[in-house]
Amino acid sequence: MAGSNAPQISPPRWLLAELTYSCPLQCPYCSNPIDYSQYPEELDTGEWQRVLSQARKMGAVQLGFSGGEPLTRKDLPELVSHASDLGYYSNLITSGYGLNEEKIVQLQQAGLDHIQVSIQASTQELNDHLAGTESYQHKKKVAHLVKKHGYPMVLCVVIHRENIHQMQQILEMAIELEADYLELANTQYYGWAHLNRDLLLPTREQFLEAEAIAQRYKKRLAGKMKIYYVVPDYYEDRPKACMNGWGTTFLTIAPDGTALPCHSARSLPGLDCPNVRDYSIAEIWNESRAFNFFRGTEWMKEPCRSCDEKRKDFGGCRCQAYLLTGDMYNADPVCSKSPQHQVIEEAIAAARRSAEQTEAPLIFRNSRKSRELSGGK
Amino acid sequence: MSINPDDIFAFSPQHRLQWEEAQQKDVILYPEGMVELNQSSVEILKMCDGSRNLQQIVHDLEQKFGTTGLKDDIIQFLEIALQNGWIERTTN
Repeated sequence: MAGSNAPQISPPRWLLAELTYSCPLQCPYCSNPIDYSQYPEELDTGEWQRVLSQARKMGAVQLGFSGGEPLTRKDLPELVSHASDLGYYSNLITSGYGLNEEKIVQLQQAGLDHIQVSIQASTQELNDHLAGTESYQHKKKVAHLVKKHGYPMVLCVVIHRENIHQMQQILEMAIELEADYLELANTQYYGWAHLNRDLLLPTREQFLEAEAIAQRYKKRLAGKMKIYYVVPDYYEDRPKACMNGWGTTFLTIAPDGTALPCHSARSLPGLDCPNVRDYSIAEIWNESRAFNFFRGTEWMKEPCRSCDEKRKDFGGCRCQAYLLTGDMYNADPVCSKSPQHQVIEEAIAAARRSAEQTEAPLIFRNSRKSRELSGGK
Repeated sequence: MSINPDDIFAFSPQHRLQWEEAQQKDVILYPEGMVELNQSSVEILKMCDGSRNLQQIVHDLEQKFGTTGLKDDIIQFLEIALQNGWIERTTN
């Protein structure tokens, strides 16, 4: 594969271990693939331990245990303990569902470094509606327990049209819960979120108002709470530097062992993503077709190819280019230089129309719906 | 963020300082982030062990490396480290 123009390969730094697609919540913006129900087979404990060891040896050090809801895996403490022995800095990315004080202590003893709890909204009614589960009170209790046991407390709230009006209350909630970090993640429109885009995408006015509030709090809370504000790329002029560049930093392992350069790369055609059951992490990272596919800048078409910003944003997101233009080699259409940029403007207009009308219901993420949408299997 | 001569510095319990074999570098790890450190930053951070104030850090580092005139660089780095929450201070 490596020709003389091949870009130099840097080792992985961040490993996202999606332990399972099982989840008691049904968030309509879930980042799992729509057809997740078609991949029911999960790696076993030994296989995960091997993946963790191999990736660590290559240089991965930030580790996220994710899902689905990773707490549904009975072997989580065992995996956390293995990760800790290897020197990972490990993070449990959880809905908080199924977490109690005993488990928090058990995971800490196993060597877990921090816990990221997601809350859907600042009120019980909206939180429970979005999660499709009664979970608000329990999540707040979990946040208090995380704090009580001395973990850095990371709160994550996904932002969209149903909760963006609560921006100030969300920030106040984070202060009340004594969060050390608050991630305000504007929804990225892939998978389930793309399916529900008309209902989730805020209008420009809503987005500008919410951002101004977030920035005001960010300044006020500097030194006390670190706020990560993930911008909604539909309202940006330039695309995000997706994954810090393809195959440079991030490695995702899906529940069934498929290795992905980003968590939605499974949607791209002809990538032939390798599985950790067949190859080592080193083979996957260095030699596989999938991980070399969009490395460097050789693959680019115009306007990216001659763009002076191509090493800054790498042409944006490949999955978004494919999802919205049908060609994964195209510039990410959120870029104002993209010849297909009108698809973004149309999406914004469609969301505005939907915001002004009576609304169709959200499609909640669950296995029945996933089977329906992947051809009724 | 000015530094008081009585401030005692300690590495933050909410961060982790760790040698990375694959990178041949020390790094600071924290939720959602990692900072790669150069050699002089690491030497200063290792002095922040909850027992030294500014004068002692300057003295011990100048002695260790057989040099003088490190004070301004050390102050500059401590200010950055405080701002980023990598270290904490208590006043004696």
